[in-house]
Amino acid sequence: MLEAMPHRAAIWNFLFGRLTIDSLPFLDNNAEGRILLVTLVVVVVIGVAILAAVTKYRKWGYLWRDWFTTVDHKKLGIMYMILGTVMLLRGFSDAIMMRAQQAVAFGPEMGYLPPQHYDQIFTAHGSIMIFFVAMAYIVGLMNYVMPLQIGSRDVAFPFLNNLSFWFTFWGAILFMVSLFVGDFSIAGWLGYPPVSEVQQGPGVDYYIWGLQLSGVGTLLTGVNFVTTILKTRAPGMTLMKMPVFSWTALCTSGLIIATFPVLTATLFLLALDRYVGTHFFTTGSGGNLMMYINLIWIWGHPEVYILILPLFGVYSEIVPTFSGKPLFAYSSMVYATIAIMILSYLVWLHHFFTMGSGADVNSFFSLTTMMISIPTGVKIFNWLFTMYRGRVRYTVPMLWTLGALFTFTIGGMTGVMLSVTPADFLLHNSLFLIAHFHNVIIGGVVFGVFAAVNYWFPKAFGFKLDEFWGKATFWFWLVGFWVAFTPLYILGLMGVTRRLSHFEDPSLQPYFIVAAFGSFLIALGILSFIIQIYVSILRRRQYAVGGDPWDGRTLEWSTTSPPPEYNFAFIPIVHERDAWTDMKAHGYERPQAGFNAIHMPKNTATGVVIGALSFACCFGLVWYIWWLAALSLVGIIAVAIAHTFNYHQDHHIPADEVHRSEQAGNWQTDAEGASA
Amino acid sequence: MSQPSASGHAPPQGHHDDGMHEHQGSLRGYLTGFALAAILTVIPFWLVMGHVIENTQVAIFVILALAVIQIFVHIVYFLHLDTRSESGWNMMAFIFTAVLVIIVLGASIWVMYNENANMMPMSPRYQQHGQAQ
Repeated sequence: MLEAMPHRAAIWNFLFGRLTIDSLPFLDNNAEGRILLVTLVVVVVIGVAILAAVTKYRKWGYLWRDWFTTVDHKKLGIMYMILGTVMLLRGFSDAIMMRAQQAVAFGPEMGYLPPQHYDQIFTAHGSIMIFFVAMAYIVGLMNYVMPLQIGSRDVAFPFLNNLSFWFTFWGAILFMVSLFVGDFSIAGWLGYPPVSEVQQGPGVDYYIWGLQLSGVGTLLTGVNFVTTILKTRAPGMTLMKMPVFSWTALCTSGLIIATFPVLTATLFLLALDRYVGTHFFTTGSGGNLMMYINLIWIWGHPEVYILILPLFGVYSEIVPTFSGKPLFAYSSMVYATIAIMILSYLVWLHHFFTMGSGADVNSFFSLTTMMISIPTGVKIFNWLFTMYRGRVRYTVPMLWTLGALFTFTIGGMTGVMLSVTPADFLLHNSLFLIAHFHNVIIGGVVFGVFAAVNYWFPKAFGFKLDEFWGKATFWFWLVGFWVAFTPLYILGLMGVTRRLSHFEDPSLQPYFIVAAFGSFLIALGILSFIIQIYVSILRRRQYAVGGDPWDGRTLEWSTTSPPPEYNFAFIPIVHERDAWTDMKAHGYERPQAGFNAIHMPKNTATGVVIGALSFACCFGLVWYIWWLAALSLVGIIAVAIAHTFNYHQDHHIPADEVHRSEQAGNWQTDAEGASA
Repeated sequence: MSQPSASGHAPPQGHHDDGMHEHQGSLRGYLTGFALAAILTVIPFWLVMGHVIENTQVAIFVILALAVIQIFVHIVYFLHLDTRSESGWNMMAFIFTAVLVIIVLGASIWVMYNENANMMPMSPRYQQHGQAQ
């Protein structure tokens, strides 16, 4: 079994496991230590300032009642988006540190990051950007938009939704804690053995337990969303009348249910190897590390489609709205989504063509990889044909969509290049690959998230986002992306491999300097986004809108902005695709009277408590503090059982309260909003 | 078409009782399932203990086939999976799961077999190659 610290008294080992004063890297008297110390001071100052402000303005009760314990899918969606944005700042600081290091570390100059630290940074960058930025964003979007689109009052399991959020949140906190207490994995974002098995210290354990926590949260979200879509659609909304965003949410959730257990099992086997000395992935002791790579990509490849599918849905909402036309070939869009969902299970081996499966296996996966670009191409043509002869309004969401169409398509084409096995033998693990997947993930997922935020922000908060700063964000990101990653394509074709913290050949340096400049432009893009939010909040009266600011087509635009807690006073009845356009065409008038009491779920603190306990459990496991892990695990089970005895999980909003809130909504600015 | 005015009705959580009653199997169904499961369990024991089939490989495949049949007996008689329950979604979920399990298991075996043959230093093919030189 695992020894904590042999040179310490047993009681300290019992209390603190392997956690010692030396585990705090910011106390080290070297460059790294000082960088971390400054970061820690900044984090503490900001943290204390926020806590002090919340206390001063007496907002704790408000935060607890209205946000932390909420089961409202809209508020949880907003909390996911905030989590994603905060983690984007963290993941992006990692990115800009890597770009700065690679721009200077040539020949005799070693740069400011030692290899051990650099490796932690690229691992943290990758895993944070995927699990806590992209996943948080897509889950946030689906949470906010999908129930409104299908005319539901909440998700099928509102408490589970809150619990999922807290699992994800505490997983992210575990990653953040690794910055100041101990170290982080150096094994890359997928934690390949043998590196992830031989690395001493808590780094890989932080990675494992952080991902396990957020993975459970994501899995529960998947179950929740599938049930919501299949069970709580408004009457009349058959599956083939459902908005495409909800379709993609359904397919993504199906993918989540089918693949996240694979991730959980794989990481669990890795944890067994690290904690109890099994040899699942130790070549030479009966295990096989190639099996880890096989298993992790069985999850990993569907994962990238989990990320992109909801954004395909976003584009499919934005393009028709701003073209003033129904979506071109709706059913082919749906079938393309389903085809991508199935095919995404059949391509994982293209991540390790070079591992040696042989020609027949490689050819099979090469063909499936090429095939998956067909339904994706169908979608791109559908969006183009939707715009064709439409009255396209070049609003900020539409700009992001066009930018994504351009950028993502090129990323897809370099993906097809990589799917050609002989070419992959040259390009594998090169910067070409890095440029490719940033091209699809930034160009597809991140641009889509910004499009969605600009599109649905007025729905969530009742005012539009500032146009000027929105356009500034867009152009900085678009130009910054291409300046940052075009050099990486060129370097990759020249054979430069990924994850290097130092280069000998000075002729490569200009490319890295250009790339660093590109990441600086992206930094300006992120800054513009924050300014955009800030300026819009300042001018919220001026930018106020009604329920339907964009002349929308789907049901979420039929209610107020922001929607009431219960979403719809009366559940709408759906007759056509683009239900709201149909309702407007038939002279729909909002009912002003005759409201009934509405049955809604009640807030609960169980999610907060289980989340915090699971964090304590995982922290205990990382540092071998067994009593803490055991106690928290017992606590989790006890709280979960206690929760089943809570019979007061719902309440009724009285009819006159509904009446009052329906009269108070800011409907009056509707006409103004529609013309903007 | 009429104006799609909304009619007040219970929240959407209220209408999930369709299909609930189809899940209760009859005593006859459970007994049939039990008998089939018992028979399908006894046969493999008999095959192994009585050394009925000479070839071990063949015996293993026969036992595996019986196990697969038993999976379906459980699904039909104990889990009551049919095409009607939950308007077909149960069957859909089952088929989806089955396809994925087959892909994941089957392709993993295929992939790992090839990886092993090509890449593992201890594999017989590698050793033969080494001896040939």
